[in-house]
Amino acid sequence: MINFLQNNIFYISAFGLILIGLFIMLSKRNLIKVIIGLSILETGVNLFIVTLGFLSKGTAPIFSKSGLDMQKMVDPVPQALVLTAIVIGLAVLALALSLAIRLYNHFGTLNLQKIKEQKW
Amino acid sequence: MRKFIGIILLFIIGWGIVVSLKEIPFGEQKSKVGKYYIEKGKEETGASNIVTSVVVNYRSFDTLGEVTVLFLAAIGLGAVLATFQRKEKIKVEPSSLILYTGCRFLFPLILLFGSYIFIHGHLTPGGGFQGGAVIASAFVLVYLGCRGKRINETGSKIAESLGGLTFVILGLVGLAVGGQYFLLNFLPKGEFNTLFSAGIIPIIYIAIGFKVGAELSGIIDQLMEES
Repeated sequence: MINFLQNNIFYISAFGLILIGLFIMLSKRNLIKVIIGLSILETGVNLFIVTLGFLSKGTAPIFSKSGLDMQKMVDPVPQALVLTAIVIGLAVLALALSLAIRLYNHFGTLNLQKIKEQKW
Repeated sequence: MRKFIGIILLFIIGWGIVVSLKEIPFGEQKSKVGKYYIEKGKEETGASNIVTSVVVNYRSFDTLGEVTVLFLAAIGLGAVLATFQRKEKIKVEPSSLILYTGCRFLFPLILLFGSYIFIHGHLTPGGGFQGGAVIASAFVLVYLGCRGKRINETGSKIAESLGGLTFVILGLVGLAVGGQYFLLNFLPKGEFNTLFSAGIIPIIYIAIGFKVGAELSGIIDQLMEES
């Protein structure tokens, strides 16, 4: 059991974050809390993608000096994907918060159940 | 009830994840694409940071799309908040002298650090996106510390548009010169591991840095205006 935990600690923490974010999004009614859940979920997804490219005792994929072993370098593709995803996640978070500002201004509440005129 | 259903759903999802992840070992070489980039990237692009060569050379068309998504999010935020009107203006007290001077002292240093990060994106960890985020953090400092100061909106729009234009025009020039594909690395590669190397990669990363920095500080400006 301890061995399993040690070997898979990054997978467990990444999916822990994803499940916590999903649970917040499913159970909370406050819009700000839903957005926080979205942010936590996004962090978990990013962590998971980086973890997939991890190599035990690996180095960063940068040839900053000669004599680095190519076989020991971690996979650069997931890192490149996550690099852009983080900045876009920030922009999407800002967009979601601006929508929350408008909703609060219009309805006077952030509780999703009290907001009438919902179409769903 | 809602929480109960949520927990049951989470258990189903978690079980699916455990079943599928059992097949993927942790900490081993998995993909052939990453191996190819590490082995050939040095000769093909001339950048010593392989992550940068993936972002700006092999997958630069995707990066153009991602920059566009960022632009769309910034525009959408402006559109959502544009018709918003405050009822009463809150008067802001000016910040104290120490805070004001400290922020004005730190602001150019943070800008310098951000531009260092995106100019050296092909040599060291970092790049346009990270450097842009650092530059936006400098503007956050000014907004919080020196109350009343605003960024120059025209300047930020010009920086943003020039960044996007440089990216697209370099791609089209590559298409015209090489005739093979969009965003071809047509400039000479230069000496490996020096500042002037890797062809168009540093130029594109500088353009991305300006664009991301201008967009994120625009977002901060919009949100600060409303609060």
